[in-house]
Amino acid sequence: MHQIEVFSKDRTARDRTVTETLSDMGISAQAEVSDVYYLDGALKDADVNEAAEFFTDKVTQRHETGSSKKEGSWIIEVRYKDGVSDPAGDVIMQALTELGKKVSAVRTANRYYVKGEIQESDVQKICRKELANEIVQDYYYDYENLPAPKPGKITEDPGSEIRQVEILEAGDSELKEISAKGLLSLSPEEMKKIKEYFESEGRNPTDGEMETIAQTWSEHCKHKTFNGRIKFTDRDGKKEIIKNLFEETIVAATKKISESKDWIVSAFKDNAGIIKLDEKNNLAFKVETHNHPSALDPYGGASTGVGGVIRDILGAGLGAKPIFNTDAFCLARPDYDKELPSGMLHPKRTFRGVVSGVRDYGNRMGIPTVNGAIAYHDDFRGAPLVFCGTGGLLPKGMESKKAGRGERIVVVGGKTGRDGLHGATFSSAVLDENAPGSAVQIGNPIEEKKMADALLKARDRGLYTCITDCGAGGLSSAVGEMAQSTGAEVDLEGVELKHAGMQPWEIWTSESQERMVLSVPEDRLKELKEVFSREGVTVCVIGKITDSKRLVVRHELKSLVDLDMEFLHHGLPKPLKEASWNENRFEEPEPEEKENYDEDLKKLLAHPTIASKEEVVRRYDYEVQGNTIGKPLVGAFNDGPSDAAVIRPEFGSTAIVIANGINPRYGMINSYHMAASAIDEALRNVVASGGDLNRTALLDNFCWADTSRKEKLGSLVMAAKACRDVAVVYGTPFISGKDSLNNEFSEGGKRIGIPDTLLISAVSVTDTAKIVSMDLKEEGNEVYVVGRTYDELGGSCYYDLSGKTGANVPMWRPESKRDMERLSEAMRAGLVRSCHDCSEGGIAVAAAEMAFAGNVGLKMELDDVTRDTDNELKILFSESNGRFLVEVRKENGDKFRKLTGAAKIGETAGGKKLTITKNGKSLIDSKLDDLKAAWKGTIKW
Amino acid sequence: MVKALILRSAGINCNDETEQAFRMAGAETEQVHVNQLISGEKKLSDYHVMAIPGGFSYGDYIAAGTILASRLSTGMKDRIDEFIQQGKIILGICNGFQVLVKMGLLPGDGMKATLTNNDSGKFECRWVKLKRASDSPLTEGIEELNVPVAHGEGKFVVDDLDTLEENKQIILKYSASEYPENPNGSMGDVAGISNREGNVIGLMPHPERHLTCDNHPEWQRRNYCGPGEGLELFRNVVEYCRNLKGERTIAEEG
Repeated sequence: MHQIEVFSKDRTARDRTVTETLSDMGISAQAEVSDVYYLDGALKDADVNEAAEFFTDKVTQRHETGSSKKEGSWIIEVRYKDGVSDPAGDVIMQALTELGKKVSAVRTANRYYVKGEIQESDVQKICRKELANEIVQDYYYDYENLPAPKPGKITEDPGSEIRQVEILEAGDSELKEISAKGLLSLSPEEMKKIKEYFESEGRNPTDGEMETIAQTWSEHCKHKTFNGRIKFTDRDGKKEIIKNLFEETIVAATKKISESKDWIVSAFKDNAGIIKLDEKNNLAFKVETHNHPSALDPYGGASTGVGGVIRDILGAGLGAKPIFNTDAFCLARPDYDKELPSGMLHPKRTFRGVVSGVRDYGNRMGIPTVNGAIAYHDDFRGAPLVFCGTGGLLPKGMESKKAGRGERIVVVGGKTGRDGLHGATFSSAVLDENAPGSAVQIGNPIEEKKMADALLKARDRGLYTCITDCGAGGLSSAVGEMAQSTGAEVDLEGVELKHAGMQPWEIWTSESQERMVLSVPEDRLKELKEVFSREGVTVCVIGKITDSKRLVVRHELKSLVDLDMEFLHHGLPKPLKEASWNENRFEEPEPEEKENYDEDLKKLLAHPTIASKEEVVRRYDYEVQGNTIGKPLVGAFNDGPSDAAVIRPEFGSTAIVIANGINPRYGMINSYHMAASAIDEALRNVVASGGDLNRTALLDNFCWADTSRKEKLGSLVMAAKACRDVAVVYGTPFISGKDSLNNEFSEGGKRIGIPDTLLISAVSVTDTAKIVSMDLKEEGNEVYVVGRTYDELGGSCYYDLSGKTGANVPMWRPESKRDMERLSEAMRAGLVRSCHDCSEGGIAVAAAEMAFAGNVGLKMELDDVTRDTDNELKILFSESNGRFLVEVRKENGDKFRKLTGAAKIGETAGGKKLTITKNGKSLIDSKLDDLKAAWKGTIKW
Repeated sequence: MVKALILRSAGINCNDETEQAFRMAGAETEQVHVNQLISGEKKLSDYHVMAIPGGFSYGDYIAAGTILASRLSTGMKDRIDEFIQQGKIILGICNGFQVLVKMGLLPGDGMKATLTNNDSGKFECRWVKLKRASDSPLTEGIEELNVPVAHGEGKFVVDDLDTLEENKQIILKYSASEYPENPNGSMGDVAGISNREGNVIGLMPHPERHLTCDNHPEWQRRNYCGPGEGLELFRNVVEYCRNLKGERTIAEEG
């Protein structure tokens, strides 16, 4: 292996960042970082020197070839493990080949030169805690004995072996062992069902068949809890048999609503939900979670989460063009200071990793990341949640797809490797230090961008009849799904591999990224190959669609899989699961009224859930594509927190409002009201931004702890019921969703589950001229509060400041709908200058945000707030649903009052201050600059 | 009609909005993949403008723009040189600017320059105000404009800033030297430069993201609704090409 090392001439920001990180760890040392390129191939010295010139910036860098001569107390090298994808290496190899260099592999690495009085144990700590992620990377600090990387790929494996799995003779305990050993996550009932099937076939299954069934039947793919039968007992002891939770709640709501809405194009059938947008296009929207992979490798997990949901959109209908991304995270506080079990990453590192992952994948794909949320709770420390969403434009007429008999099955995009085995089944496992590294995938956004560019061209030329994304379960899921009603035959030799020596079942189930599966009529195949190869994208013809109703897979003519489609997709047993529900009882604190609340307000503004996310938002390119007309950051200094993002597709006059609602702290108390509040919050954000409630669709993403515990399944049932109840009242259908159950981790021998969490994502179609932002616009206007304030501080950020949870969780009430409709009407009449919803931190935080975002002073009196409590503290900070603060010009005040019935509670003013009084008592009297400084001080990179 | 070629390659991702900008400015546009140009399937000489849009060409591995620059230099250097000699326009935006600098076409004349990591060490997306620093086909009639930047490697470094200034090659500057007005720490607050002749132009900010008034982050605070401030730059380029000698001939052949 030839070695080229590139150094910066001057100290770089990267050097500073590493040095600061070490200092955060209490290690006083100076660090410098270099880039190392390993080249394999028949290269002369002149070739290596030319390559080195190519790698080196003439102005800022210098290089050395051969081993390093630079000094440091410690020289640490970090690089991907042998056999793990190295996207940079792959791209650079292509570039060098074009330059005429005969390279067969390129590997990249970083070297850290650390100078200071530090011990070997510190070096190990630095490597493990900060520089390397041992799941996918190796580190070396003994420079004298640094091994050269293997030339990219593992080749020593023999491969091509198809094993029989002996289940015909297996008893119950052996069946259990087969599932456990194979990381199949199949239950005893499921193993029995599989045994019965193969008894009828008169043979044992192959390893490939067991893997195929395990992937297809996984919770991740089949959502068997949501689709399963449940015996539910409510808090009054009333019993109920639920035949299918999903059908009876989420789907039932959409069915009911669709009786009066004609714009739902496709709900729950496709890779994404689809609604009508304008004369030319429909809109596809999908949000997914990528929790387990992100726990192990935050960067890789989040970036492949983004890549995966983008492929869902590319695979919606005949393929939609991605136009926006969203992301939401649930994390432990970045300043968490208790001891963590070995192998668990510190929350701050997880935070940096997931943000960087979303940044690098979204930015490189050229999709603006425009909306998101971060919620903090320490019970996410071992099981962080990462939600990634994408919306796309689907031209009308491209909604439906069907693979026809005789058509060729084609894989386009990246090559297939050993990365990401068992991802689908692993997502049902408890997280501990023994989690398998092979379950993590590495993303290569440029590969996906190339594939997406070519794919949309092929779509417009009508070169394929059906498309599905290759995600969890790899080809086994994609082909199994596409040919579900027909049948398919696949010959695995057609699959182009990243490395030799893969077992047939590995090729069949690998979750290598950036691949899509197409069904292509024979006479279109040539043109399809031309379109893709022009953009440098691999096309593999692997089989054909049949009418046998069987899934047949061969490897070198030997049978790997021969399964009945009916059994594969509908053979899953549906055991009756027990669920029961009761609220969690927390004591409701009795907070004392104070002299004033300026300090409380500043502390609230600094609460990580409320605090400015600017440091995160600016890492994302939210402007690419040139159609972001409602920004994530708004106001006089472009730093105020907008309620929703607005995208105007294709420079037209239609606007898409994108918003979300999430609050895991309410889930600690009552999952029904948590779910209802999440919907209310998402819709408040839509309405506050000028969206239209009559043209709004929802997505649900449930993240729960282990639902095999009946109280956890019970709280899931209640949340799903809330979704049904609330969505029907609002007339906002669910069009797509996902669930991620089993979000638990072990710590000190104890299993810890996450709080019940539901992310509601909303999209609304409106007109660009109707958009309203949340920053106060000018002095001399009136300010109103819409909605009623109750004694509802349960699960609030205010209680969280003193470590309490409380009992009075915000309830949901149907009046919210009436208030939202009236407010929307006032907005359409052009009466509203700015509008902000009241959520975490209540009226006080909403007022502060509006004022400092607009840099306009605000005087409010709480005496006329519509309310059920007279406690000043509760009026300030209660988190009741259904409320907005609204700025209205004086001359429009009467009209606004008549339309909405809202109470006037203040006026915008000079003086750059927020003052709030009640009964003449001053509650808040703070300068906007001070409030803003508190709000901006928490989330630092 | 002025014909603008919008270059595509793996990882270029601002091609659609750059094409939209040229269309709104009155040009006939075509998106062409770099492979089609290098292979000769499409002829560079058929166009008046080549725009290299923003993005992350080839993932920006090694350094931003390096790999696409090397592909263009190895694959079609003479054709590009000829295009420039004819006085036609090459416009590089963001990643396209990085490509032109890494190719040595900017600043040109053997001057050493680069675009390197922002002083903050971070990718930054934010709106900035630009001031015209000297006349060029791009900046005719423009005093200042608001546009977004979105980059991690936008710090302009050059070995001889004075000469660049004297040659009037610095065409756009950030409005002040402090962060965040100068978002990346560029020497001399340089946001955009040209070659000495003025027809090879590069800038880090994205004028194609301000084509309509509601692109502006404060559009609801302003009492203005008309064309976006970035559109004027593209109109200038198209107008300049209209006056190019030989424009008629290409258009007729086309």
